This record gives sequence, structure tokens and C-alpha cells, in this order.
Amino acid sequence: MAVEKLNRQAVENVAGLAKLSLDDNQAEMMTEQLDKIFDLVTSLAEVDTDGVEPTYSPTQNQTVLREDVAVNANQTKQLLDNAPESEANLIKVPTIIDEGAEN
Amino acid sequence: MDFLHTDLETLHQQLVDKEITATDLVQAALDNIDATDPKYDAFITVMKDEALAQAAQLDAQGIDADDILAGIPYGIKDNIVTKDVLTTAASRMLENFVPIYDATVVEKLRDAGAIGIGKLNMDEFAMGSTTETSYFKQTKNAWNTDKVPGGSSGGSAAAVASGQIPYALGTDTGGSVRQPAAFNGIVGMKPTYGRVSRWGVIAFASSFDQVGVLARTVKDNAHVLTALAGQDAQDQTSSAQAVPDFAANLTTDLSGMKIAVPKEYFGRGVSEEVKTTIEAGLETLKSLGATVDEVSLPHTQYGVAAYYILASAEASSNLQRFDGIRYGFRADNVKNLEDLYVQSRSQGFGDEVKRRIMLGTYSLSAGSYDAFFKKAAQIRTLMADDFKKVFADYDLIVGPTAPNVAYNFGENSDDPEITYMNDVLTIPVNMAGLPGMSVNAGFANELPVGMQFIGDQFQEEKLYQAGYAFEQATKLYEKTPGGAK
Repeated sequence: MAVEKLNRQAVENVAGLAKLSLDDNQAEMMTEQLDKIFDLVTSLAEVDTDGVEPTYSPTQNQTVLREDVAVNANQTKQLLDNAPESEANLIKVPTIIDEGAEN
Repeated sequence: MDFLHTDLETLHQQLVDKEITATDLVQAALDNIDATDPKYDAFITVMKDEALAQAAQLDAQGIDADDILAGIPYGIKDNIVTKDVLTTAASRMLENFVPIYDATVVEKLRDAGAIGIGKLNMDEFAMGSTTETSYFKQTKNAWNTDKVPGGSSGGSAAAVASGQIPYALGTDTGGSVRQPAAFNGIVGMKPTYGRVSRWGVIAFASSFDQVGVLARTVKDNAHVLTALAGQDAQDQTSSAQAVPDFAANLTTDLSGMKIAVPKEYFGRGVSEEVKTTIEAGLETLKSLGATVDEVSLPHTQYGVAAYYILASAEASSNLQRFDGIRYGFRADNVKNLEDLYVQSRSQGFGDEVKRRIMLGTYSLSAGSYDAFFKKAAQIRTLMADDFKKVFADYDLIVGPTAPNVAYNFGENSDDPEITYMNDVLTIPVNMAGLPGMSVNAGFANELPVGMQFIGDQFQEEKLYQAGYAFEQATKLYEKTPGGAK
């Protein structure tokens, strides 16, 4: 396993995936900082992990199912109070398809 | 009321004997905050009206002699949701977010009669170890306001250590309860993963996050965990394990207790003054009857890299929910839906949060997954196995909580690699889901040095036992920063 040197283009691709936009300075700084973090990550390659099961959670609990009972929480108004904009019990968003957009 | 020199049992007895009222205590905390928070900047929101109303109600009912926490105020880290009270996670993203329910821990404490007095500053979304990444303010160390309070529960630690309030809740994903407790000379407990419900805790890295307690003494801390712990139908990772009274049966005798000291916890990067203080602490533990042997946790040095990959990957997934649509910050003047997402997130999140989302997104992306995410998860297994081997023969592991004492603001903030290395001694506990507790072990350069006690899963009683005996032998809690008084 080799961790490749991170370049500016890769950082911008990742920002796109994460729905973040970075200005020039931020992209430069992020490239430099992530590259340093990757130096740390390179050390993991030293460890022999052949045949080692990955751990994704330390819990021993088994997944359980709850009773499938409908509950009327009736919190529409309170929930909508936290929405940036709402109208007629609905959350309002800007136009989804902009004719001038590329995608 | 002097919270710096009065423990919970004493406050409780005074309430039961009607020497003081809950209203007196709440008013004292509010006065402390008024007088000293301009100096420490620990609080984001003070719940004055709510706290006074609850205190009046409790005073009218009378304080039950069985409810040790009843009528006593406490603070809540601002990533733990509180019904009808602003909850920000110290982020611009949640600057106006008012939850419609209480976290289970808040509900449990309210049921016990405890009075929430306010919401405490932290690193944004709990990402950081200095509380400097807060969008709102810079909390100061209770011992020296030129120094960082640690983090991410920096507000919780400073508020308790300075005597504004008797105890506070924090959260610990990679050391965020223990390290600020160490930097402020108080007792910070991160319980076993699953010991306390995470329902209503704003998620950072779900396989690591755990609610913890910051208090001035071990016994105070134990009383609070007793009230918090237990299974919760709302959190499937919460455990059905029986909850003992953690404050009962604490003694000053450690005869027969077998303590292991990992040589890696005294390695490169750990300062000489920290080593010396902890070595003296180990001598104290021996004098109390414990045996102390050196052991090895050979994968310790890989913990930081593996943790930052795993925790950031989980964070990148958890923080997808902040999209500017249903709640939280929404950017103005956007062109279309995609632009709304991108602008809301880019303006709503700070740099450290973006850095971690980026690292996590990269780690999970096609082409990097095996070398990053899977590799880190395998190292997590090896680290947990290292601990298992030691706990087959020993009751506890003891070492320093942090490599250094509290440092100056801005000292490490330009270099995330150096900042991240500060977590090398706290991260392994979260990797394996173990309980860990920091107790003050002395001072270096007039700043507290934390000693960390680590146990096997669900062995919190042993941590409290050893911590209590140590604290009673050293009485270091009697030395206070002056703080609120």
C-alpha cells in the first residue's frame, strides 16, 4: 500500500464530493495540511494487517427490532420552526432546476 | 456558595437540612457566571429563567434525601440537545438551532432533580483539542487565562475548574473529556462505549462518541455517572449492563490492585515534567497497596493516524445532514439546489470541520478505501487486542492523559499534524471503547498534569476506586485556581 502525494486537483475533487467549495487560498492550505496528515497515514503501511478483521464499532450489542407501532408525534410546527424557510406546513427550498446550470 | 471547596454530598446535606435552597445554589452559579465568565468565556448560553423556575419548583416540593443531585446546578456541553434551549455545537451552522427534545442524559438528570444552568463552549462539532475552533468565543484555562483550556469540552472544564458550577457534562470522541479535565486539574470520566446513551448528542463519530462527566472530585464524578448510565431504547449502542452505584464502597486501600504502565505512554513527545509527575503518582499508587508493572501496547503509535481516518470518515457521513434545507444555516443568493448545499456548507462550517470532512470523504472514496478506511479499522482491532492481553493480567492501565500541560493560544493551530499528536494518549481508549478517567496528579510550571486511569469495558468502578484512593492520598483538589471566588 502506498499513499500517493496529494495534489490540488485531488483536493478539489474531494471538495466536490463533500459539497464544499474552497477558494484559492483554502484549497492551497487544505492541500498542504492534508498532505501532512497523509504523511502520518503512510506509517500505517508498516503494520501487517493480513487476515485481521476490521473493527467498525466497539459495541458487543446485537441489533434489535422495536415494535412496529405508529406514533403520532404531532411536532410538525416545532420541526418547521427550525427550517430556514417554510410555507403551508412544507419546507421551502429554492428552484431545484436552474436552466442556466450545467447539471 | 463556594463550589470550589464544597462537594456534592455536602451541598446535598445542606439542601436536605434546609440550610440552603436550590434557588440559592442556582443564584450562586448565575452570580459566578456573571462575575467570571467575561474572563473565562466558558458559556455560550445561560439558562437563567429555566434554571430559576426549576429551582423554585424543587424548593416548593422539598429536596428528597435520596436524590443526591437534586437542586444542584450543572452545565451542559453545547453539542447535547436541550428542549427549547439554543444548541449550537459551537458552529455557525447551528447558530439558531433550538431543539424540540432533550437528550436522554439531560432528561435523566432532570428526573434526578439536577438543574441545567447553561450550555458550554467547545470546539466546533467537538473537533479539536483546544476549544479554539468554536465559532463563538475562546474559552480560557482556569489556571492561566493565557493558556488553552484543552478541548473539545473546554467550556465544561473551565467552568468546573474555576468554580462557576459544581460539575458539567462533556463528550469524548478521542479525548475530549479527559484532556480538558487534565489541563484544568479536575476529574474527567469517559465511560465505556455504550455505558451512557448518546440519544440527543450531536453526532461526530458514532462508533467513538460517548458522554462523560467533568467534576472536581472523583466521588462527585461517580455520583453523576451513576445517574447518567444505563440502557436507553433510543440508542441501540447503549448497554444492558447493570449499573452499580459508582460512588458507593470507595476506599483508600488499593491492596491487591494490579496496575500496568505501558512503556509507549512515556515515549517520544511526552514532556519531561509530565513524565516526572506521573512517575511520582505511580509511587503514590504503590504506597496505597497497588502493584505496578511495565507492559507494552505495541500499536499505540498508529492510533492517531488510524483514529483520524476512522473518526473523520464517520464525521463526513454524519455531517452530510447539514445541507441548508431542514434546519441550520442556509446561504443566501444561491443559484440552484446544488449551490444551496455547497454554499450553506461552505459558509456554515469552519476550517477544522471542513478539513475533517475532506479527510473522511477521501478515506471513503473509491481507490482510497482499502489503504485508508479498511486499514485503519484493522489497526483498531490490533489496538483493542493489545488492551485485551493486558487486561487478562491487570486491573488497570495508568499513564499520563496528555503529553504536555496546557499551552498558549495559537501555539499549534497552524499545524494539524502536531495538534493531532496531542491526542496520542487518549485516542486508544476510544478505539477500543474502554472507560478512561483523568485525575489531577500534580503541577508543572504551575499548570495541572493529568493522570489517566484506563480499565477494561464496564470496569468504571475500578477507575473510580483507584482515582479516589489517589485523590484522598494527595488531596490535590484542595489546591484551586482561585477562580470564581
